Amino acid sequence: MTRSSWPLYEVFVRGKRGLNHVHVGSLHAPDDEMALRNARDLYTRRNEGVSIWVVKADHITASSPDEKDPFFAPSGDKVYRHPTFYSIPEDVPHL
Amino acid sequence: MDNAYDGLTDAGEERHWAFGTGFTAALAGVDRAIPDVDRAALAAYCLMLGDDALVYSQRLAEWCSRAPELEEDVALANIALDLLGQARLLLTRAGEVEAAGRDEDTLAYLRDEREFRNVRLTEIDCGPGPGGDFGTTIARLLVLSTWRLALLGQLTASADPVLAAVAAKGVKELAYHRDHAAQWVLRLAGGTDVSRARMIAGLERVWPFTDELFTTHPVEAALPGVAVDPATLRAEFDQVIDTVFGAADLDRPEVRQVAPLAGQAGRDGVHTEAMGFLLAEMQHIARSTPGAVW
Repeated sequence: MTRSSWPLYEVFVRGKRGLNHVHVGSLHAPDDEMALRNARDLYTRRNEGVSIWVVKADHITASSPDEKDPFFAPSGDKVYRHPTFYSIPEDVPHL
Repeated sequence: MDNAYDGLTDAGEERHWAFGTGFTAALAGVDRAIPDVDRAALAAYCLMLGDDALVYSQRLAEWCSRAPELEEDVALANIALDLLGQARLLLTRAGEVEAAGRDEDTLAYLRDEREFRNVRLTEIDCGPGPGGDFGTTIARLLVLSTWRLALLGQLTASADPVLAAVAAKGVKELAYHRDHAAQWVLRLAGGTDVSRARMIAGLERVWPFTDELFTTHPVEAALPGVAVDPATLRAEFDQVIDTVFGAADLDRPEVRQVAPLAGQAGRDGVHTEAMGFLLAEMQHIARSTPGAVW
């Protein structure tokens, strides 16, 4: 007997002190609602999160490793895009 | 405020952990004074509620590594651990009220079958053993979590401050357990012919033990204002079950109730044949190596 497995979901959790959702891993679930509950059980057991997003892995369009150079290399030498030409006051954190 | 980002963290939190810690002891700051009631009855009542959680936790833990999917394995284990946490607090309270020097471990591991006060639905095999399957397990989870959520909801108003605090912690846990069960009942009943047949068979397996849940015991009757009279839980239970069954297009099982034995049931220490085997597995390490710690 063949056994079809549940679809793969990617899980994003926003921590208590986090400003944005961070990818924490993946899981299998029969549907969207159960994916959210499975994410709660698998990825927030240690008090990590206040908000969860789940999305079917199929729905993510990812950049390809083959396109790494045309995608990312051109920004490597554009030093003028970096805000490094002024001094930062001592009391400004998290820049 | 010196730093705008301080507002995002909890005061006193250990900041080197990526997600923070923020844990607190379950009953921190709760008044442990014992109310002016029949102490033997109060100790017995704490045992009843504690044994329900302990024995059912043991049953759920049997699914570890054996659930249909890894994700469900963790979900059932989480539920078992929630219940084990409730059991620890309740058995500790039972020992404290009894004042005979028995702690939670002594009560869990060194009592014999006739001293356990759990309802029989918690102890029967509903899978992964031969007594059931995942559908049966979900059927029991729906029945027991619906009943216990209603019970703990009322217990938050108990005159015993410890019972009230355990209940306040427990209702949040039980609300999730009930939701998890209801989600699965909908999916199994509305899935394939096989999953629906198994869901119905599971409900028929557990339903004969439901009347016992609503039978008032003399211990409960002796503690007005402290204990919850389980007979009063039936209306909420029926309403929730009807809602879930309505959405899942299921009928209430028409099966005969398992009667008490000479008027006695789980709350009196009279159990099914499954209980001895369950206790043997749960207690044998503690009994064969007394006082062992790690």
